[in-house]
Amino acid sequence: MTEQATRQVLQGNEAIVEGALAAGCRFFAGYPITPASEIAELMSLRLPAAGGTFIQMEDEIASMGAVIGASLAGVKSLTATSGPGFSLMQENLGYACVAEVPCVVVNVMRAGPSTGLPTSPAQGDVMQARWGTHGDHPIIVLSVSTVSDCFDITVHAFNLSEKYRVPVIILSDEVVSHTREAVFLPAPEKIEVVERIRPSVPPEWYIPYEDNSRGVPAMAVLGDGYRHHVTGLIHDNKGFPTDRPEEVNAFQRRQFRKITNGFYEIQMTKSFMMEDAEVAVIAYGSVSRSALHAIKAAREKGVKAGLLQLITLFPFPKRNVDPVLRQCRAVLVPEMNMGQISREVKRVNLSSKVVTINRVDGQFITPTEIYNKLLSM
Amino acid sequence: MKDDRYEIRFGGSGGQGIILAAVILAEAAGVYEGYYACQTQSYGPEARGGRSKAEVVISRNEIDYPKVIQMDLFLAMNQAALDAYFFDFKPNGLLVVDSTFVKQLPSSRAISIPFTRIARDDIGKELVANIVALGAVGLLSRKFSSDNLEKAVIARVPQQFRDINVQALHAGMKAASEVDLAYLPRSVTTDEEKEV
Repeated sequence: MTEQATRQVLQGNEAIVEGALAAGCRFFAGYPITPASEIAELMSLRLPAAGGTFIQMEDEIASMGAVIGASLAGVKSLTATSGPGFSLMQENLGYACVAEVPCVVVNVMRAGPSTGLPTSPAQGDVMQARWGTHGDHPIIVLSVSTVSDCFDITVHAFNLSEKYRVPVIILSDEVVSHTREAVFLPAPEKIEVVERIRPSVPPEWYIPYEDNSRGVPAMAVLGDGYRHHVTGLIHDNKGFPTDRPEEVNAFQRRQFRKITNGFYEIQMTKSFMMEDAEVAVIAYGSVSRSALHAIKAAREKGVKAGLLQLITLFPFPKRNVDPVLRQCRAVLVPEMNMGQISREVKRVNLSSKVVTINRVDGQFITPTEIYNKLLSM
Repeated sequence: MKDDRYEIRFGGSGGQGIILAAVILAEAAGVYEGYYACQTQSYGPEARGGRSKAEVVISRNEIDYPKVIQMDLFLAMNQAALDAYFFDFKPNGLLVVDSTFVKQLPSSRAISIPFTRIARDDIGKELVANIVALGAVGLLSRKFSSDNLEKAVIARVPQQFRDINVQALHAGMKAASEVDLAYLPRSVTTDEEKEV
């Protein structure tokens, strides 16, 4: 193919769809909502053509249920929504955590709470993505900042979800999702795609939630002869409800252990101009683009500024943040919320100076705001 | 900052096709001219009416901040959008207005072309005023060849409206080609005072 043919102008939401398809996603259930609707719209065109299934459900509760069902049937599944819909998905999201059903949920953040400002960007759902469903549960939350990120990180989200049998949340925001940008997408054969491990024992030997060194049990497809029981109740390794403390404890510990084992590959960040940085910005999502512009401008003024962009928000990438806090005399965390990630940054090293910019007026944080703050730090 | 960002803002009201025009321009830049290009938009919850804004940033280098910092070119399709979105105008930027609807100009570096009147009277369809304006913007920015603009328009519009849109694009380019930029007044501020 020529260069012209592979270069395209895509919207963030469109790149998420392309990423999902490249990762092998063949099922989407959802309910349209601004600013995530383009994902459902494009999926409704692309999935049937790719031999997959698209369903517009009656609401987001049902959408999440359908996604879990499809994944249990062996199909990689996606849903996409925004704040109000994400709230409705929380109950079934907890079910996916407990039953260890791989799935990817995209939340394109808009300003809330409630119906909020439907067409304005925000980053107010960070803690909801981590703790929105009740109970102590592990979950992976990734954030995207550019259109090519939307593609790459969606592929990665599916890979992590399949590998660890855990729901993965992709946090986008109105700016990222609605930005159109010239991108080159990699050819499908150049992309690593990870599949869930299926049982290799004979069906009668299969123990559905049997522990192993990875903490991730082999997952059978419903209907392929491997009988197993799926429930939202805490279950023993055969999948049946239990309240025996030693079994409950083993189950809960394994849930966390499987994620802890993978910290090294799950916790992702990108560094820009950090080698000699004396002040740093720690940012995620669309705001990291403003920050990148601002640190370049600050360097022209002689301020040694750097940027640590968080791709993984949870499990919080402490081991990447800690060296930045030790290296720099002060760190700036700009966010379109009242300080959800800055608090996590402060928790890493309580003696470090952490400055914040918090914008909650439905407007995008500009490079000038970050630049001015950097120069005063 | 000294980089080669060229920043264009389109302002109008919902339903005027402002965002579509920006998308086509971004595709002309990104796909056909080989620039890095970012297109963003901002609009209210209304389907029609309300203010609407779309932006295109093009550069030979990778683009960090995707929105306009200071406009090199601002197209205003009506007075409300001009008043609301004029603020980030760059010294020596170009203001292009639809003189069908814009009566008060905030800068003397303005080019007035009656896009909507051209669309209505010369093309016969008011709906294509956005494409007439796109032709003018594409030409005045000096970043696009008319061939590439035409390719981008054809790739975006439905087949049955292809001819009328191409006609509109050329009408806009023709109107803009009659403007002599050398006669526009210059700003007295220098580039050194630019904000980041």
